[in-house]
Amino acid sequence: MNTLQMAIADSVTITKRNALKIKRAPDLLGGAVILPIVFVLLFAYIFGSMIEVPGVSYREYMVPGVFVVAIVSSAQITGYTLTLDLRKGIFDRFRTLPMAPSAVLTGQTLSDLLMNLTSIVVMAVVGLIVGWRIHTTPHEAVMGFLLLLLFAYAFSWVTATVALALRTPEVFNNIATLVSMPLMFLSNVFVDSARLPGPLKAVAEWNPVSTIVQAARDLFGNAIPATAVSGAWPLQHAVLVSLLWSVLILIVFVPLATRLYQKTVSR
Amino acid sequence: MPPAIMAEGLVKKYGDVIALDGMNLSVPEGTVFGLLGPNGAGKTTTVRILTTLLKPDAGHATVAGFDVVADAHRLRSHIGASGQYAAVDDHLTGAENLEMVGRLYHLGTKPSKQRARELLERFDLTEAADRPVQGYSGGMRRRLDLAAALVANPPVLFLDEPTTGLDPRARAGLWDTISELVATGTTVLLTTQYMEEADRLADRIAVVDHGHVIALGTADELKDQIGGDRIELTVTNPADLETVRRTLAPLAVGDMRTDALHVTIPVTSGAASLTSALGTLAAERVTVRDASLRRPTLDEVFLTLTGHQTTDSPKEHDR
Repeated sequence: MNTLQMAIADSVTITKRNALKIKRAPDLLGGAVILPIVFVLLFAYIFGSMIEVPGVSYREYMVPGVFVVAIVSSAQITGYTLTLDLRKGIFDRFRTLPMAPSAVLTGQTLSDLLMNLTSIVVMAVVGLIVGWRIHTTPHEAVMGFLLLLLFAYAFSWVTATVALALRTPEVFNNIATLVSMPLMFLSNVFVDSARLPGPLKAVAEWNPVSTIVQAARDLFGNAIPATAVSGAWPLQHAVLVSLLWSVLILIVFVPLATRLYQKTVSR
Repeated sequence: MPPAIMAEGLVKKYGDVIALDGMNLSVPEGTVFGLLGPNGAGKTTTVRILTTLLKPDAGHATVAGFDVVADAHRLRSHIGASGQYAAVDDHLTGAENLEMVGRLYHLGTKPSKQRARELLERFDLTEAADRPVQGYSGGMRRRLDLAAALVANPPVLFLDEPTTGLDPRARAGLWDTISELVATGTTVLLTTQYMEEADRLADRIAVVDHGHVIALGTADELKDQIGGDRIELTVTNPADLETVRRTLAPLAVGDMRTDALHVTIPVTSGAASLTSALGTLAAERVTVRDASLRRPTLDEVFLTLTGHQTTDSPKEHDR
């Protein structure tokens, strides 16, 4: 077996292991299936009855936002399990095996991707039930889902990096909540960022989460029409900028996480 | 034949803390080598370097003929490691855990499955094979962890405190398992805080303290190093203890230890000393309930060699 074949085979083994974990652990499965359903229903019926956005129904506006919220929250769960693996010494076992060192993180992020795929499918179905509609061509809609998955995959590497850097599950949870809350709320996920007050508006419009949400709305046809002409630059070119963000995140965080993995376990 | 495990002058520092300070080891093929020492002595750090988890700051080591740093990747196919934390996956079943390890050793899917079943049977886990590890007892987890280390039939096996935290029955069971393994010719490096464990399993023992070996030999040789035997006496009346100490002082070659009604006296001339002690006490009209002569325990060896007890843990956790 050459190095590449080995890396692929080992990644598949680790992905399978993580997929089994997700299937068996109620907290992980809840994160992948139940939480997204709750998100869609909660935001559709609670926020949906109070918030209005110009030119589009709030439920349609909200669903792409909830996709991204689910991606960010499920990343928190997988980061947490990564720190648990670290604590339990399972990574030590992996490192004494003649496996490809890259496989642990590739397997982890690939199983995250499977989990995100599951939760996006679940949310899309629930969304369609409560009134979400795709108004674009099938081609664009598929692009929309692929873009969300690419962003989710890139975000997994951020989570892995943070988890490996912080090591302890408790610290990871605190920091992850502290970072992800403003990331999700200082954005256009739930409200029209154009209507936020001055400085908040600038933050929300340049927040990468807003960009990816806007890109999904563009590709599904759920965007506020005015954003395309009067929004900040990243919002006007949301699909392109989302791609750039995802690629940039991968370029920075894949090597970073890999280095940390090699160092972190070496205690 | 070159030694299966060889380490020369290993040094490892964590900031200001020196975990290893010139560790030297040589373990002949097919033998069991015990690394004995308290928490923080450097046992785990040594194992981590020899199993490629950690790079030494200085010194070098080979295992099964491979350099642990330069040939780390190739070496990993020739070793198995089982640690004190039982690194098995809670959500996976016993069988799934072992199959995963087999695939990561690149044994192939079918052989991995077959090997997993064999090991589960050998370690008496067949009934629990398809249950998630979450529900396993401590002893079962350790057995599974040990089985995981054996998946690829490695010629060299590292066992880092294999029985720490187990109840006496589970410990005895694991000892039997390890003894059987050793009979098949595997080279084993075992770390332990338990004298009894090293005594029972290891052919040779290195006593480790502050990151290097302070004594080396078979259990008997180590006992000889601190000389002589021990007389154990139990008296009926606590008032007699003072008489015992006073009248037997000339026989003792070291400190006498008193514990409740029990006195331990280090002596040089074995049976003759015991006869003489009992004669003296009879003359003093001391009622002796029990008397025996024994070899010193490894605990006593350690105490004599290091000046502190093995149960001491000067640093918070083992490194």
